[in-house]
Amino acid sequence: MNIVVCVKYVPDAQGDRTFNEDNTTDRDNVDGLLSELDEYAVEAALKIVEAGEGEVTVVTVGPEQAADAIKKALQMGADKAVHVSDEAIHGSDAVATSLILAEAIKKIGTPDLVLTGLASTDGTMSVVPAMLAERLGLPQVTQVSTLEVEGGTAKGRRDGDVASESVEAQLPALVSVTDQINEPRYPSFKGIMAAKKKPVETWSLADLGVDAGQVGLDAAWTKVESFAARPPREQGEIVTDEGDGGTKLAEFLVAQKFV
Amino acid sequence: MAEVLVLVDHADGQVKKTTAELLTIARSLGTPSAVFVGSNVDAARPRLAQFGAEKVYVIDNADVDNYLVAPLAEALYAVVQQASPAAVLLPSTSHNKEAAARLAIKTESGLITDATAVEAAGDGVSTTQSVFAGSYTVKSTVTKGAPIITIKPNVVPPSAAQASATVVPVELTVSDAAKGAKITAREPKAKSGRPELTEAAIVVSGGRGTGGDFSPVETFADTLGAAVGASRAAVDAGWYPHSNQVGQTGKQVSPQLYVAAGISGAIQHRAGMQTSKTIIAINKDEEAPIFELVDFGVVGDLFTVLPQATEAVQKARA
Repeated sequence: MNIVVCVKYVPDAQGDRTFNEDNTTDRDNVDGLLSELDEYAVEAALKIVEAGEGEVTVVTVGPEQAADAIKKALQMGADKAVHVSDEAIHGSDAVATSLILAEAIKKIGTPDLVLTGLASTDGTMSVVPAMLAERLGLPQVTQVSTLEVEGGTAKGRRDGDVASESVEAQLPALVSVTDQINEPRYPSFKGIMAAKKKPVETWSLADLGVDAGQVGLDAAWTKVESFAARPPREQGEIVTDEGDGGTKLAEFLVAQKFV
Repeated sequence: MAEVLVLVDHADGQVKKTTAELLTIARSLGTPSAVFVGSNVDAARPRLAQFGAEKVYVIDNADVDNYLVAPLAEALYAVVQQASPAAVLLPSTSHNKEAAARLAIKTESGLITDATAVEAAGDGVSTTQSVFAGSYTVKSTVTKGAPIITIKPNVVPPSAAQASATVVPVELTVSDAAKGAKITAREPKAKSGRPELTEAAIVVSGGRGTGGDFSPVETFADTLGAAVGASRAAVDAGWYPHSNQVGQTGKQVSPQLYVAAGISGAIQHRAGMQTSKTIIAINKDEEAPIFELVDFGVVGDLFTVLPQATEAVQKARA
């Protein structure tokens, strides 16, 4: 079984995330890392391969530093990686990202399974998996909190807004997983050492046959016109409970007309 | 004026409040048309008419319900081809966002998700979104195609404007490719009797500090008529269902009042509640980062503070 896992290098949510002058996400002045939610997809892929046989390929689209996201996935146990990097990609929206990923996956070869996380932790749109499924013509089994792959079928459970659904599809399929699915492993020392020898290919847009005019900031179908930091909240009143904390809380609610 | 399509959020024809909100927004952009996917449109029509839908496109096709996302995208695509709308508005749910994503590729149109405001701007549409865990507000426009926008609940008060709601049936044959992912079972969520988390005016959430006992949280919530939320730590520990999780990977809420009990306030949780109007926290740890956000905080044990507050609220009401 060949599995491709799409991962993203994102600005660390613990740091001060902000924007560049061109209104794109600042990726240079804040530490980046493998999107936390992608670790669940990597773990899901490793579990499937460990239970049978096959190979896990990680693919990412991003600047040079995105190699760090790949490294983490290889340290966890993925077999090889593809890094699509090209200056023209800067400022690409979800639509262009899905185009680049789709072309990269086609070039890798037809996988049995394409796995992704629920969403990236920077854009948090959670639309790239569905766009990829549309582009690749694959059934989408998205946002599942369980996943079983057996006899050429992927089965998962999706925790929707009004109901929980059981979903199944024949392989090849695209699956996105939530953070409820597993507990991602930490890279072992052995894994860290082994990752150094694993093959990583770097592809440009030309390698994929993607026209640079189709991606990047100027080609994006949406445009961020302006950004503004949310005004800092004024420090509220904090009391220490000395037997009357609940009463004071209720008084606040009454004063604010919630009661 | 060009049509603006609104995907109707309904349960067997019972139209949800978000639909009235979206129709209200649609009226500021063009002529609203509702897109009703499913059966029992007769039950829905009066409400759609009341909020200004001139037309109601109806797609009643079992395949849309039996397979995941792709058929809904094909249904929307069929209506878009017929109506050539100025914009397509959908309630921001995970299912709708994915259908919108596929529709964006099919129609070569820009997609904006989780908008908190939508207004006409020149020939197009300008939207507002909250990003980076609520720490920034961005304004965006769509530069290609008819804008496809998913909108969060409670961003405008619904206002009525009677229209005809003329039914326009739309024929749809779902492609074999779209039938790739079949829904084999569906278990409706248990009804708690409490308001829906994302629509509630007040949310009371419990975290690690509850130690698994949510009873003081639930009692306080019921006193205020609030929805109950939970932090990821509480959900991961199995103390509360995932569907009640507030945070980056759970529900995003923006109520009038948010009460965090025994929640430290990790960035992932803050991402789901930081835009709440008024925030209250109760936590034993005075260093908990949640206190940076609050309008009112109590450093103390939720097991003594919440029952006392419940009693005091009941007394104040009496």
